[in-house]
Amino acid sequence: MSRLGQVILTLLIYITLVYFLLQAMPGDITQMYLANPKIPQAAREELKKQLGLDQGVFMQYLTYLKNFFRGELGVSFSQYPRPVWDILMERLPRTFVLFLTANVLSFYVGYVMGRVIAWRRGRVVDYAATVVGITFWTAFYPLLALVLIWVFAYTLKLLPLNQFIEPKLWQGAPFSVNTVFGYMVFGGGVVAIGLFLIFYAFLRGLKRTRRNVTLAWLSGSALVALALLVAWRQGVLVYIWDIANHMVLPVCTLTLISFAGTMLLMRDSMLETVQEDYVMAARAKGLPDNVVRDRYAARTAMLPTVTSLVLSLASSMSGGLVTETMFSWPGLGQVLFHSALANDYPLATGALAFTGVFLLIAHFVADILYAVLDPRITYTGQPATEA
Amino acid sequence: MRQFAPSPQADTVALREPLWKIRWKLTMRGLSQNWAVFRESRIGMFGLVLIVLFGVFGALWPIMINTVWDPMIYHPVVGFDPMLAHPSPPTRAHLLGTDPIGRDILAQLMFSTGREFLLGVLSAAITVVIGTVIGTVAAYYGGFTDTFFMRVADIMMLFPFVPLLVVVGSMVRLSFFPFAVILGVLGGFGGITIILKAQALSVKVRPYIDAARVAGGSSFHIIRAHIIPNVLPLSFLYMMFNVTSAILSEATLSFFGVLNIDMSWGMMIHTAETAGYLFDFGRYWWLWLPSGLAITLFCAAFYMVGRGLDEVVNPRLRKR
Repeated sequence: MSRLGQVILTLLIYITLVYFLLQAMPGDITQMYLANPKIPQAAREELKKQLGLDQGVFMQYLTYLKNFFRGELGVSFSQYPRPVWDILMERLPRTFVLFLTANVLSFYVGYVMGRVIAWRRGRVVDYAATVVGITFWTAFYPLLALVLIWVFAYTLKLLPLNQFIEPKLWQGAPFSVNTVFGYMVFGGGVVAIGLFLIFYAFLRGLKRTRRNVTLAWLSGSALVALALLVAWRQGVLVYIWDIANHMVLPVCTLTLISFAGTMLLMRDSMLETVQEDYVMAARAKGLPDNVVRDRYAARTAMLPTVTSLVLSLASSMSGGLVTETMFSWPGLGQVLFHSALANDYPLATGALAFTGVFLLIAHFVADILYAVLDPRITYTGQPATEA
Repeated sequence: MRQFAPSPQADTVALREPLWKIRWKLTMRGLSQNWAVFRESRIGMFGLVLIVLFGVFGALWPIMINTVWDPMIYHPVVGFDPMLAHPSPPTRAHLLGTDPIGRDILAQLMFSTGREFLLGVLSAAITVVIGTVIGTVAAYYGGFTDTFFMRVADIMMLFPFVPLLVVVGSMVRLSFFPFAVILGVLGGFGGITIILKAQALSVKVRPYIDAARVAGGSSFHIIRAHIIPNVLPLSFLYMMFNVTSAILSEATLSFFGVLNIDMSWGMMIHTAETAGYLFDFGRYWWLWLPSGLAITLFCAAFYMVGRGLDEVVNPRLRKR
């Protein structure tokens, strides 16, 4: 597929750019390791040879590229001798859980509010929500995070102050942190798919009677209860609860700061769809207002917001640097920041390349999703042929 | 079919008035129509009022420092008030208090306003000029030019900018102008070209472009005189959004202390944070609240103006 080829080419160019950009930075690794006067000249040369720094820049680049596609990103300098890949893999689930939750929540809030304010265009709700949304959207993020930490964790003591786990609780815990994150990703995924299937079957597939709605809610909550029970029996529930507790503040901050994006997009998209004929037909049929809004107009209007969800998920994960630094959340963004400050080139390059791969995959998925959701669009840019 | 002869009256009007005057009038009429639409949008007007207020606030700086304030005490970077213990809460001499090293907060705030305007508008202008030129050229010529610049835009959109600039900034401290130019150029090759290209494509297929080509207009003339003017409103709209993102990037990077800028709103918070005063928020509110509010409101103002312009540029959003 040509699209896939383009993605791989873009990835290659991206990694090249990142590599040479970091190579061009002053403050070389060689100085860190080789300028130590206690190391004799011969040992220094040997070290240089071992690190492969005696070769030309281009040869080093080719070696890096070869290793990159094998999944070997080198050894971190600041956390010597841990491989970069290990560090990134350790951090990935933490970042993933945090940002997935935050994005889904902010998407949902933005979606619901967007359809409401588009429906009530020009009323007080519209203006108030837009002004408040924009103010948070453009708020100075690190400061907002600090203020929220200060209010909710420091003054009111409602939420844990920092970090992502309570160290005391985890002493002698039978699980490593990442195992628990793995459980969270896996269990959350299974429950989400299960809930989706249940609600899809009952509310869309079958007739939407009161009995079916009740059944859907009952079986949905049964599924959640079952998942919680399994977690409790396994003994992870208390740890999951601890992590969830620490997640509340970052997730809420992220939601506050980013819900306006989806909201405004949804509003604009909705303003177009409410002028369509089929919406007027639905109204003329005498359907209640909120049914027309939620099930006729909003479903079509949702299209651009879905793709923006995928993109924002990817970009917020790479841009998670600010969030993770402010909340001391040891994820990918924090590793990137610390490695940059410590002149740890292999780790910084690896982290940047890694986020690039993420973004690329997200762009690819967004393109496909768009084409799947809207049959009028194909990715080649030509209109779809009529079957 | 009736023949259209130029009426003598029109002829004399055209003779009496030079061409530039007619063009000027037409532009003015277009502007006043757009202004009427823009005024309908309360969000946009709210943002505009905020921007004007910030402009007045920033313009007060040179007046204040030259007439009222003593530069030894009120200089935003090297000023120091020996009469107080710092950071001092708001007093009559220092309406917003002083920072940990004895500089007046209000003076810093005022001084930075002009700089933020310069930074935001400069980098947004660079972004928009590059984006408009590339977008229109890509749309007009198509083919390889188009593919090339669109792929470049893809890569630019891929770059995690803020982390990347933090990484770069932690190794080379960027100063004010290079930073503004880098932000502008990076933005200019990015997503904005895709949007402007789409707009230019819709202009390119209009009949008057064909007419201009048949009349012997060169490609350069067609792009300059017909396509760019029709894309400009959208460019201007994106300029507003770019001002917001430029200033937010500057503030974030200043906050992390990876820029070589002596004073800005982000720097003010950075100063308070590194001196450890942000651990007691409620007590030292004057160290973070004015600058934090300024950043937020300033960016929000430009964003709101952008939203207001959106209703002018994008007819689908206008009221039914």
